[in-house]
Amino acid sequence: MDNKKDILEVRNLQVNFKTYAGDVKAIRNVNLDLRKGETLAIVGESGSGKSVTTRTIMGLNASNADIVSGSILYKGQDLLKKSEKEMQAIRGQDIAEIFQDPMTSLDPTMKIGRQIAEPLMVHKGMKKEKALAQALEMMKLVGITDAENRINDYPHQFSGGMRQRIVIAIALINYPEVLIADEPTTALDVTIQAQILNLMKELQNKISTSIIFITHDLGVVAGMADRVAVMYAGKIVEYGTVDEIFYNPKHPYTWGLLSSMPTLDSSGDSLPSIPGTPPDLLDPPTGDAFAARNAYALKIDTEKEPPFFKVSDTHYAATWLLHPDAPKVTPPAQIVERQKKYAKMQQDWLDAQRPTTPVEEEEEQQ
Amino acid sequence: MAKYLAKRIFYLILTLFIVITVTFFLMKLLPGTPLTNQAKLSKSQIALIYQQYGLDKPVWQQYLLYLAGAVKGNFGTSFQFSDQPVSYLLSSRIGPSLQIGLQAMILGVIVGIVIGALGAMRQNSWVDTTTTVVSILGISIPSFVLAVLLQYYLGLKLGWFPIAEWGGFIYTVLPTLALGATPLAESARFVRTEMVDVLSSDYIELAKAKGLSRMGVIYHHALRNSLIPLITIVGPLAVNIMTGSMVVENIFSIPGIGEQFVKSVLTNDYPTIMGLTIIYSFMLCVVLLITDILYGIVDPRIRITGKAN
Repeated sequence: MDNKKDILEVRNLQVNFKTYAGDVKAIRNVNLDLRKGETLAIVGESGSGKSVTTRTIMGLNASNADIVSGSILYKGQDLLKKSEKEMQAIRGQDIAEIFQDPMTSLDPTMKIGRQIAEPLMVHKGMKKEKALAQALEMMKLVGITDAENRINDYPHQFSGGMRQRIVIAIALINYPEVLIADEPTTALDVTIQAQILNLMKELQNKISTSIIFITHDLGVVAGMADRVAVMYAGKIVEYGTVDEIFYNPKHPYTWGLLSSMPTLDSSGDSLPSIPGTPPDLLDPPTGDAFAARNAYALKIDTEKEPPFFKVSDTHYAATWLLHPDAPKVTPPAQIVERQKKYAKMQQDWLDAQRPTTPVEEEEEQQ
Repeated sequence: MAKYLAKRIFYLILTLFIVITVTFFLMKLLPGTPLTNQAKLSKSQIALIYQQYGLDKPVWQQYLLYLAGAVKGNFGTSFQFSDQPVSYLLSSRIGPSLQIGLQAMILGVIVGIVIGALGAMRQNSWVDTTTTVVSILGISIPSFVLAVLLQYYLGLKLGWFPIAEWGGFIYTVLPTLALGATPLAESARFVRTEMVDVLSSDYIELAKAKGLSRMGVIYHHALRNSLIPLITIVGPLAVNIMTGSMVVENIFSIPGIGEQFVKSVLTNDYPTIMGLTIIYSFMLCVVLLITDILYGIVDPRIRITGKAN
């Protein structure tokens, strides 16, 4: 991968949680790259290790977390080697986070202006008045109407969507290089979701921050992300550009995720789902962790862990199905549809390269 | 705010009225008479004394007379102390009680907050275990037992403090400790639970993500949010101290109203019992009123005069 533009590199990260029952292997050898200005989505079901990954980046894991190995390079410096004090200087300054539930992530007894201004006071040593003035600007930027009057209001006086705007304002007040958004729209109404996502995109352009976007909602990914990493049982199983993941997925787990997403074309009365439950990470299975739920599992899946196979320069998937010796399988019908669409898109793109008329990229953008 | 206050004061007066009424009739059911040496008195002497104090009238008349007097601020004269007016008797005795009570409250709540917060910050460590043990002991040992233990060990054995006298500040130490133990234990337990809850909340996570230091997170976000609910138990704690003071003041021979209350009940000193009941009820009502107002001040979510959204 192109290291020059990478702002954040996670290398061979392994995180265990110590419990009475034993070590829960929450993150099992994760590699990630975040490039400057891009949005990287991490997708996966609950318990796949998405949030643990970002918490580890922030240095905010629970006290029973044990980072077994790996490094997290931010601008070339290993965050895992930094002291708590040094991490405090990075948090909210270089790397900021937006949390899932805006109803609970604001301090109920502090005026919101002060809450937005706090990172300025902590990191820039700003006086309260000056920080509040800047907080006011930020409130306007995130679209809080009548900001002058509302700066002294408390969180309970705002709606959920407005509160998430405030949380975004807090995260962005120091113009961080990296913004981690941990399911920022999950707790919101669908109509508000779109507003918040648009706001995030707009602000990303304005302050040129890179975003790690965690979600289990593939619909959100399509509109937000440049690249997608699919996580399963503490590992990344497939990563690529949005188009590659959506229209040319290679890992059976990604197939399952995409098939269980309702679309306008969905027919029949039941939505397909992935059978079974994620494996117990206290004692992860040998081989491919997804094998037990995988209709396309090969014998080797239960014996040996699949390495990443290259699909394209930007697209990799960890499944034995991509091995040259693997039998050819036909993915679910819905995925075949998608792959056909993708092939057509590529054809269109090639056609567009010929100096004729500019092509509309509607399909890609959705 | 003014409207709210007026309403609360009206309720306060109503409460006092009900308390006076109930206590007055209950008191009349007490066995015995106010006369200490009844056997030596002749019937006519008794009748004369009763007449002098208005005890010969029917109870309902006595009640109405008492009410009429109370409205004018006349709470009668004590039977026990050679006709001292109750108001004078009690006002000279309320000082020591207030001093001990407030000291116990302040000591208990502040120390309770500190050790409760420490316990929550170092959850499941030895600090936390100590907090829990202190809370359990403080709650389960009655103040009169603690009072006697303190007298024995700190007073008699070590001789650090006077045992049962009343003078300067040094005389207040043991009673304050004895009375303050329960508020200390209750608030430590309460603050610990609240703070553990608050520390695991999302806004604390966000505060950490902002880059605040550990102490910054505690000071700016965790403490205030954990302490707000503590206000709700201040009322019950005040009651605890008031009832505790009746026994503790006796044990330490403190010339306060608690000690007086016990004496008055034992001697059927009706006007003094009534006066003390009114004082205790009044103090409790005021404490509750203050906590309600305080709640509104520190918690923006239940501000009484809060601006509409």
